[in-house]
Amino acid sequence: MSKIGIYIELKNNQLKKSNREMLTLARRSSAEIHAVVFADDVFPYLNDLAGIHTLIQVPDQNRPYEPDRYAETLAAIIRDRQLDAFLAAHSAQGKDLLPRVAAKLKSPLITDCIDLDPLAGRAVKPIYAGKIWGEYQVHGDRKLYTVRPNVIQVVEAGGAHPQVVKVEAAVVEIRTRISGVKRPDFQKIDLTEAQIIVSGGRAIKAKENFVILDDLAKVLSAGVGASRAAVDAGFASSDMQVGQTGKVVNPKLYIACGISGAIQHFVGMKTSKVIVAINKDPEAPIFKKADYGIVGDLFIVVPLLKEELQKQQ
Amino acid sequence: MNIFVCMKQVPDTEASLSIKDGTGINEGNIKWIMNPYDEFAVEEALKLKEKNPGSTVTVISLGPDRVDSTLRTALAMGVDKAVHVQSSEPLDDLMTAAALAGAIRKTGEPGIIFMGKQAIDNDSYQVHIRLAEELKVGVATNVTAFQFANNQVTVEREIDEGAKEVIELALPCIVAATKGLNTPRYASVMGIMKAKKIEIQKLSLADCGVASVTNQVTVTKYTIPPEKPQGKVITAEPAQAVKELVRLLREEAKVL
Repeated sequence: MSKIGIYIELKNNQLKKSNREMLTLARRSSAEIHAVVFADDVFPYLNDLAGIHTLIQVPDQNRPYEPDRYAETLAAIIRDRQLDAFLAAHSAQGKDLLPRVAAKLKSPLITDCIDLDPLAGRAVKPIYAGKIWGEYQVHGDRKLYTVRPNVIQVVEAGGAHPQVVKVEAAVVEIRTRISGVKRPDFQKIDLTEAQIIVSGGRAIKAKENFVILDDLAKVLSAGVGASRAAVDAGFASSDMQVGQTGKVVNPKLYIACGISGAIQHFVGMKTSKVIVAINKDPEAPIFKKADYGIVGDLFIVVPLLKEELQKQQ
Repeated sequence: MNIFVCMKQVPDTEASLSIKDGTGINEGNIKWIMNPYDEFAVEEALKLKEKNPGSTVTVISLGPDRVDSTLRTALAMGVDKAVHVQSSEPLDDLMTAAALAGAIRKTGEPGIIFMGKQAIDNDSYQVHIRLAEELKVGVATNVTAFQFANNQVTVEREIDEGAKEVIELALPCIVAATKGLNTPRYASVMGIMKAKKIEIQKLSLADCGVASVTNQVTVTKYTIPPEKPQGKVITAEPAQAVKELVRLLREEAKVL
């Protein structure tokens, strides 16, 4: 029987949604699913992981993510348990970790997949910022992939609790040492996994004006993004940039406010399920790409939109 | 210190692309540029050199003959030496890392190697990490702040929700840059003139210890993704338009 491994990424001691997406993907094949989680207590995850073959628990004394230890541990698990394919989310952590595992195993890895057959080694990923979709064939016994979040429609499946197998974390020489984590004053919603994003462009005119978008975002529990023009003008920080030299996002709803819709920006958000454009200029290219558009001044439309949504809540 | 930059030449971000022979792109009308994330790498390398006189910055790029023009751009920005690893066929990430490791070993004992976090063509995000494994050194990815003091590198790596990991690395190490690290300088006229006189060192894959190319990942097909159909523009007074938008988002698109 073939075996597919999945790296379970926890957030606040919960499975991330991307994990359910990968489980859905793995269940499409008849392979045994082996999930790996770094946690001292796996009981809370057994229901989420019902129906899979094995849960490999790496007790880690509550230590935070450390790339060298995690990578060596995963490489050993994949090698020792002869996993044919291994998946992780293309998240901040997943895309740091899986290349390290692949490098240790000298195995092939395709990152940021939007469709794949893990065992057959066929994968599709957007390249050139999504202007082209590349279809790839992986050659080799151990095939590794990172999967873009928010692409695969989750199908819940029941079943028995998996058997739990404990594996000790590898003891390794630490070359890349994480000495701390700096958190911002208020926690931002992660754009790459956000369900709704409100984004501002050059027309926002000033850094202070982003508060209009923040207010709308609060009502929608949305993340706040920006175009390159807004970042380069100093209105927004670079971690907010959506586009070819920023983040690639695919929420279910993307609201572009005062963004003209240059290709640089569009390629970063075009896979959003629904795009809304609010722009003063009726000729702005964004209207050709949006599902719904309102021609109007964002300083008038956005607050009205916020009020309307509040009214209906 | 020997400071290295690994750089890739990519199509301009504004380029509109078409597919050639099913598995490639038509290069005819493309303007080639330095991968934007690598510009941050070049800038950080030059800043480090300015603070550590006597250091040398060497830029290495792998690819066909056209990469020379982008190596010249790096030289014009102030890089001291350029190495071109000649390869006309595509290499996967493992082969690329092996070739770059070979080129670095041939050129000198590395101190710090700067790269972009990914190239904007394949968006692979793995060559720097595979290179680190080849060289058995530490690597920090997605770096927005860099410091070098007492022979130790300290960087900040952007993770999610606006948070940053603080990472310490001993030398030699690899630092993979992202936007926010710095503002890349433009080449000066004098820099451009000076760059013209510098000879670009040529290495073959064999020179870099890559005897034959066996890619583990191959392209089977390129396709142009489907275009979104033209959407609806709601024409009404703002208050009315907003009401209608919310209705459509709830009832038609079902995203609220």
